Amino acid sequence: MTHSSDWAVEAHGLVKVFGDNRAVDGVDLSVRTGTVYGVLGPNGAGKTTTIRMLATLLKPDGGDATVFGHDIRREPQIVRQLIGVTGQYASVDETLSATENLMLFSRLNGLSRADARRKSTELLEEFGLSEAATRPLKKFSGGMRRRLDLAASLISQPPLIFLDEPTTGLDPRTRSQMWDTIRRLVATGSTVLLTTQYLDEADQLADRIAVIDRGIVVAEGTAGELKASVGTSSLLLRLADAGSLERARHAILDVLGVESVLTPEAGRITAPMSDPDSVTDLLIRLRADGIAIEELSVQQPTLDEVFLALTGHPADDDAAPAPGDAAAGASGAAPTPELETAR
Amino acid sequence: MTALTITPGASRTLKNHVGLAQTVRNSFSMAGRGLIKMRRTPEQLIDVTVQPIIFTLMFTYIFGGAIAGSVADYLPLLIPGILVQTVVTTSVVTGVQLREDMDKGVFDRFKSLPIARIAPLAGALLADTVRYAIATTLTFAMGFVLGYRPEGGLGAVVLAGLLVIVCSWAISWIFAFFGVIARSAASVQGISFLVLFPLTFLSNAFVPVDTLPAFLQWFVNVNPVSHLVTAVRDLANTATFGGDAWISLLGAAVIVAVFAPLTVRAYMKKA
Repeated sequence: MTHSSDWAVEAHGLVKVFGDNRAVDGVDLSVRTGTVYGVLGPNGAGKTTTIRMLATLLKPDGGDATVFGHDIRREPQIVRQLIGVTGQYASVDETLSATENLMLFSRLNGLSRADARRKSTELLEEFGLSEAATRPLKKFSGGMRRRLDLAASLISQPPLIFLDEPTTGLDPRTRSQMWDTIRRLVATGSTVLLTTQYLDEADQLADRIAVIDRGIVVAEGTAGELKASVGTSSLLLRLADAGSLERARHAILDVLGVESVLTPEAGRITAPMSDPDSVTDLLIRLRADGIAIEELSVQQPTLDEVFLALTGHPADDDAAPAPGDAAAGASGAAPTPELETAR
Repeated sequence: MTALTITPGASRTLKNHVGLAQTVRNSFSMAGRGLIKMRRTPEQLIDVTVQPIIFTLMFTYIFGGAIAGSVADYLPLLIPGILVQTVVTTSVVTGVQLREDMDKGVFDRFKSLPIARIAPLAGALLADTVRYAIATTLTFAMGFVLGYRPEGGLGAVVLAGLLVIVCSWAISWIFAFFGVIARSAASVQGISFLVLFPLTFLSNAFVPVDTLPAFLQWFVNVNPVSHLVTAVRDLANTATFGGDAWISLLGAAVIVAVFAPLTVRAYMKKA
């Protein structure tokens, strides 16, 4: 058995069933203390449900998990003292101001009134919310809300922080601010377990990544290892004349040595590439063969391609409502738009 | 980051148990939240401000002559009755608002904090005693305006008010339980009024018991609301804290003892 200080999270065979939907179907995770661990997957893969179980918000139907060696089922109150949770939906009080929110959570964390005030001011300053401190939250932008949410999770300086899709719905600038904040967190010694739908986010932040699909972990490793499974970059090619598609694919096989894929829409060709530089050779070959191109790009593999490679199906092929999210709503946990308007 | 180092999880001393002192402290912090919310959304106080005024006015003039011969004679009978009816009805709103509140994302955070599980519920119920206090004050004030002069004196009237507030707080645990188990706020309201109407109207709140048919008299006499109404009448009109007052307090204690654990368990099951 490993020493509990080495592992922030150890989960074995976690299962959560909602009705006849196995939202999480035997997830294993091991997160080393002091690292950032990314859980990557499309909507409804079971990311949120997994995090909610680890954060003691949901009782697992099977399997077991520990947080710094403390069992999430037998010692939930201890686990709660070790974690901070920032949910997909901002878990702050809409009717309170930013200061009032932080004051409340500080007091609930056992701080004295004076300490709570000091801590709130400090966190508002740190997250650039001082100016908006007394404004009602209803007037906050999505980014401000997320920042306040994260600030609220940091009051007790928890050694483990769960971030459920911390940047979903944020604009690019706010997203990179959020990334900086997360990096600074890790520099102070926190362990971060984050979920994301974006490969580049996991790539930017996480030391290790688990790819999760339909409730199970389909791949685990460093960002490099994952991307290697689909090539380091990916080529996208559209031809001026659809008649030369086959000849182009033949040229790709010759030059890059890989089988290309024809996407049904708009007759595009995609192919994994191990060396982006070799695109030059391909262009020369296409010119020599007299194949005119309309569009060409070399880009990082997308989550879709990683998924396709790992699971054999695209990330969004089931348009059914996301099981994890839908179930969370049904259990009265996540605020759904219907409930907001019904009031 | 201002915090330069974070104490490693493995080297912290932690306990898996929440003590009574912390439970009380957490509950009061949550009650503080409830009060801020009340200040932000004063429109939610309509039921405890307008209802006591209108109901007292209506019932006094509609039933005064018919039941007691005159408005002045009816007031000592009616004011305690309508006070209990109004405040107990108000406690339904506690359950409804709790249901709405629980659907919000902030309850996720409450659940993930190392606080007493009962605190978010107890805090909400505690904050709502302010609503009962408003309704109580307004009902007595309305009675005073209409000519009611309680013979028990101010001290006894305050005590009567406190008794009603304590009992309503206890009763609000019933509706909090409905609030936790119900699917929507509307259904909480539905179930609650179904329970509440027979309880408040099949009592001695508005009419003398001896005018009722025998089978109803039996129910009215065992109805805890009747005991509370009688207790308030005794206090306000004769300044006596009698058997009915003790029965009311005992009933309140029983309700809390049964429904508080039930509610918390249901709440944790959802957690």
